[in-house]
Amino acid sequence: MEALAVQALNGLASASSLFLVASGLTVIFGVSRIVNFAHGSLYMLGAYLAWTFVSHGPLAELGGFWGFWGGVLLAALAVGALGAVLEMTVLRRIYHAPELFQLLATFALVLVVQDVALLLWGADDKFGPRAPLLRGSVEILGLRFPRYELFLIAVGPVVLGLLWLLFHRTRFGILLRAATQDREMVSALGVDQRLLFTAVFFLGAALAGLGGALQLPREAVTLHMDMAIIVEAFVVVVIGGLGSLPGAFLAALLIGELHAFGILVFPRITLVLVFLVMAVVLVLRPHGLLGRAPGAPPAGEQSPPLPRPLPRGLALAAAGALAGLLLAAPFLGDYPLILLADFAVFILFAASLHFIMGPGGMASFGHAAYFGAGAYAAALLLRHLAAPMEAGLLLAPFAAGLVGLLFGWFCVRLSGVYAAMLTLAFAQIAWSVAFQWVEVTGGDNGILGVWPSEWARGRLAFFYLSVLLCGAGVLLLRRAIFAPFGLALRAQRDSPLRAEAIGIDGFRIRWLAFAYAAAFAGLAGALFAFGKGSVFPTYLGIPRSVDALLMVLLGGVQTVSGPILGAIAYAGLQEQLARLTELWRLLLGLVILALVLFFPRGLAGALAHWHDGRRERRA
Amino acid sequence: MTFSQTAARGPGRRLLLAGIAAGAIARPAVLRAQANPIRIGEINSYTAQPAFLGPYRNGWLLAQEQVNAAGGIGGRPLETVFRDDAGRPEDAVRLAGELLNAERVALLAGGYLSHVGLALADFARQNRRLYAASEPLTDALVWSKGNRYTFRLRPSTYMQAAMLVEEAAKLPAKRWATVAPNYEYGQSAVKWFRELLKEKRPDVEFVGEQFPALGRIDAGSTVQALERMKPEGIFNVTFSTDLLNFVRQGNTRGLFDGRSVVSMLSGEPEYLEPLGEECPDGWIVTGYPRDDLDNPTHTALRDAYRAKFGDLPRCGSIVGYDTVQAIAAMLRKAASTETEAMVDAFKGIRYQTGYGTGEVEFRALDHQATLGAFVGRTKLEGRRGRMVDWRYADGASYLPGPEQVRAWRPQE
Amino acid sequence: MSTPILEAEGLVKAWGGVRAVDGVSFSLAPGEMLALIGPNGAGKSTCFNMLNGQVRPDAGRVRLAGQDITGLPPRAVWRLGVGRTFQVTATFGSMSVRENVRLALLSHHRRLLGLWRPASHLHTAEAEALLERVGMAAQADRPCAVLAYGDLKRLELAMALAHAPRLLLMDEPTAGMAPAERGALMQQTAAIAREAGIAVLFTEHDMDVVFGHAQRVLVLERGRLIAGGAPEAVRADPRVRQVYLGGGHF
Repeated sequence: MEALAVQALNGLASASSLFLVASGLTVIFGVSRIVNFAHGSLYMLGAYLAWTFVSHGPLAELGGFWGFWGGVLLAALAVGALGAVLEMTVLRRIYHAPELFQLLATFALVLVVQDVALLLWGADDKFGPRAPLLRGSVEILGLRFPRYELFLIAVGPVVLGLLWLLFHRTRFGILLRAATQDREMVSALGVDQRLLFTAVFFLGAALAGLGGALQLPREAVTLHMDMAIIVEAFVVVVIGGLGSLPGAFLAALLIGELHAFGILVFPRITLVLVFLVMAVVLVLRPHGLLGRAPGAPPAGEQSPPLPRPLPRGLALAAAGALAGLLLAAPFLGDYPLILLADFAVFILFAASLHFIMGPGGMASFGHAAYFGAGAYAAALLLRHLAAPMEAGLLLAPFAAGLVGLLFGWFCVRLSGVYAAMLTLAFAQIAWSVAFQWVEVTGGDNGILGVWPSEWARGRLAFFYLSVLLCGAGVLLLRRAIFAPFGLALRAQRDSPLRAEAIGIDGFRIRWLAFAYAAAFAGLAGALFAFGKGSVFPTYLGIPRSVDALLMVLLGGVQTVSGPILGAIAYAGLQEQLARLTELWRLLLGLVILALVLFFPRGLAGALAHWHDGRRERRA
Repeated sequence: MTFSQTAARGPGRRLLLAGIAAGAIARPAVLRAQANPIRIGEINSYTAQPAFLGPYRNGWLLAQEQVNAAGGIGGRPLETVFRDDAGRPEDAVRLAGELLNAERVALLAGGYLSHVGLALADFARQNRRLYAASEPLTDALVWSKGNRYTFRLRPSTYMQAAMLVEEAAKLPAKRWATVAPNYEYGQSAVKWFRELLKEKRPDVEFVGEQFPALGRIDAGSTVQALERMKPEGIFNVTFSTDLLNFVRQGNTRGLFDGRSVVSMLSGEPEYLEPLGEECPDGWIVTGYPRDDLDNPTHTALRDAYRAKFGDLPRCGSIVGYDTVQAIAAMLRKAASTETEAMVDAFKGIRYQTGYGTGEVEFRALDHQATLGAFVGRTKLEGRRGRMVDWRYADGASYLPGPEQVRAWRPQE
Repeated sequence: MSTPILEAEGLVKAWGGVRAVDGVSFSLAPGEMLALIGPNGAGKSTCFNMLNGQVRPDAGRVRLAGQDITGLPPRAVWRLGVGRTFQVTATFGSMSVRENVRLALLSHHRRLLGLWRPASHLHTAEAEALLERVGMAAQADRPCAVLAYGDLKRLELAMALAHAPRLLLMDEPTAGMAPAERGALMQQTAAIAREAGIAVLFTEHDMDVVFGHAQRVLVLERGRLIAGGAPEAVRADPRVRQVYLGGGHF
């Protein structure tokens, strides 16, 4: 019994840490609607900076109470300042870009920060000192419990209280709350909106930095902190209801406690617990625990442009390039063929995601689930039934499509970030099944020996096979966009009210579109599996979902050829940079940032725009 | 604010980067002009696991330099092309294709994460090219998924668990709890430890287990959960960040007081050094007592390493160093870079390990090297931990016999 | 009189304790043109939304040509032959005018799940004909995001007509239009309705429109019907005059 009470305290301590990070994220989202993927990086920087301040330099020489706590506060302020600078230099320029486009910029920041932290602080984990006055432990119910954890338990509610005061008792906070509800109104009040946004970023980033800095006496500072926290922080924000501070607090408590007690019963549940909780909460409460349904979109929101085929000249050039590539393939050598086959797979994967994101208007953070479902379907057929590659490639789209039907039934009922996060939850659940069901899936060691049939083993044959299947897939998706189904899909995105009023069942259309896209992602996954000869849980991991998302955003969501350009650009850049330099993440991040700032419509959008401009000048 | 730590590491890091530049970007024209080099393609998770693979690559480069200074292989210098798989097996496979086809390397090497190692091993089997796995620990690599073209250097999960069981069996502890990262390495280590300890000590019982997610341990809750089991002995498989967090919480909460702890890999400088003054006393660990291992071979290596990189070697450095030495020995014997000849030469090849503990053999039976590890106890001295009462556990003594191996390993 | 095309019987809807619609009953004969009027907040829109299924009534029934349609979703009501236009126009912003109408036709022909044949090859002539009927043929290729408000209203009408409806529900069909345009649109609507025998129920603020085109007028106030009948009779009703303060509107 005593042990259980102490376990509950552990849960509270974790909940506090989680809440600090999540609170900053939810404040930023609430006001700016930016999905700040770099929030975990700010958290990590907070921890590293605190480590530096506390163990080096004047504060460290001062030592003792002020040396430590001064360092922690200074780190939080420094990270807050950095957040403000990022807002002013990068994010401010892309507020008017399409939804989620800012995600691309913040992801680029993640890449940059990873390498910068490595350069500044080196690869080794850093272990900070214990906190003055809070070293050691106290006895609670006969068990030793760290003082610092007790302190952390108090920090969460205190910060929540301070934020409540800030939001309810100061003019700044009242303006922020107003901005959360209605951005237009605030500018009507004559408030400098830009200043408000910068201040919000300062606040959010400082909270992230504080969260990181406070981990110093508790956890090692590592280069993996950013990714470890960001997903969990998002889960907390979404479970609580986007933009809701009390919601985030409640969600952090829920996660912290479920985790603390969950491991007593199911020691292996750690991998999937938070996602299970999120899935259950979102299925029951589509806007989180304390979230509210978003109001109607602001009147000023631009409707997406008409999708149209590439201008004739560009289309001809692209067709020519493809024909040239197919003809030249036999002379290319093995490695280019491997690479091009990979590109074909990525193009189909990105195109399938684009189908639901562009025409469908639904973002997915978990599209890798279907890529992986296809890959595993083919691999399991081969391993357990000795079915040949042909059978695997045929079955994969159906298997992935079925998984899409299952997950989609839940996901497409939700909207916006909630829907996207539910797709992420299902993808993580699928991932943990692949990871933990060792007898069937081989666990994290994967399924090996998934090689193509004899005739397709040559690099050239496999390249042609990939181009053929991926080309067919992209063509089918493209036809669907311009066919009645695609029209209906866009219709329910443009105006759900009108779609319903002319007899279109929006749910059904979205659901089928989700499954259709999943099927093609599955085909891409199966091809990829045969290309690599093995299948691993990484195929359905978050990084792969993020890759697809980046490709689509980079190419341009509201263009038909966007995913193709985006996939080539992203995969190509990554491959080239990784071969060129150790610091490829830094370079890739900077290149993406540049693209985001200069081509806010995405690559394909920029291309079409440029083409139109030329035509107009000639006319 | 100063970054004194960084500054101290600066030269090492610059050299390291320069080393990569020499190896990967600009193919040194000098070497090319000299003699046709033998190229090795090395794939590892450099950006995903920089703390462990930096020293590894340094060890590799040191050995390569020594081999080349001694005239290379029949007059041909070794040259290595390094690639970063970012921790993704599918990328590793793509890079393997790139190295073989575009960079024309003679053989593949590397791998740190087990699934990356397995993916490369299967690629090697499928394409009939040689793969010298250096770091991956999974038993499957040489046993259940073993193949003709894959050889592995480092003592595997089974071997390290067996070394620790030998010591654990001598302890009075009867009630054991385990804590391991939730993936194949952690699960296998726990499985072997339980099985082998039960064999030696039928009277022990395992009273519970914890499987925190790799790199994401919730240390407070995990420690409390273990405490609740009231074990007499704890078998720990967590490492790296998880280990640091686990130890700090365990120390504060007194989890280790009056209990025996047996821990995989924790004596390796990679994991011991970051612990600093948190280093617990008296854990039985496998590792590498770098500072006290004073035989001529190792002392020379340690000095050369420090001279070159301004830092002391770690366990990974020895693995990198030994991999090159083993490859060099194999190449001398094969006198060819033709894959089948190299594979035949690799079977049963012997080389001198950088530990200075004598010869290591790659068993023809399962392609596992008999490289061992050091077993000893941790001790906090001043503000840092070290290994004491250590001995070298020769890998050969901890490998299962031929019959068992043949039952596990697919027959060719 | 034959079976009414639409019957509302004792409709009730409360929002948070306030009864927006409180026991409204009326019926509509085939081909009839009926106006539902009342001051702001009288419950006109709520009443409308219950008729086509967008809002579920707390009590009461809605019958379409004798068939109970209470609680059916809007798309099912549409299938049964009820076209609808909105107070604030709702069209598909990413499509051209023709595509908007084409989509309504595709839905009418139950061809929404087609994945291969480009939609641009389907029902083009039919779409042109519909646009011709509402006087929008010249704008068929324009993106509907750039249309003038009156044209959007006409487009909505064309889409509502795509399913050959028996009944049109038009929520403030002329709101936001210039006065001159209003008369033209209503005349057009009335002509189309007469020609095809479509009954029309509309709400409206502009009394010229109401008394110029409605055959019958219902007056709603605070959720209840307070008067109904021929336009002249309603105009003369003292209660109605009282609701519309001073009667200046008349």
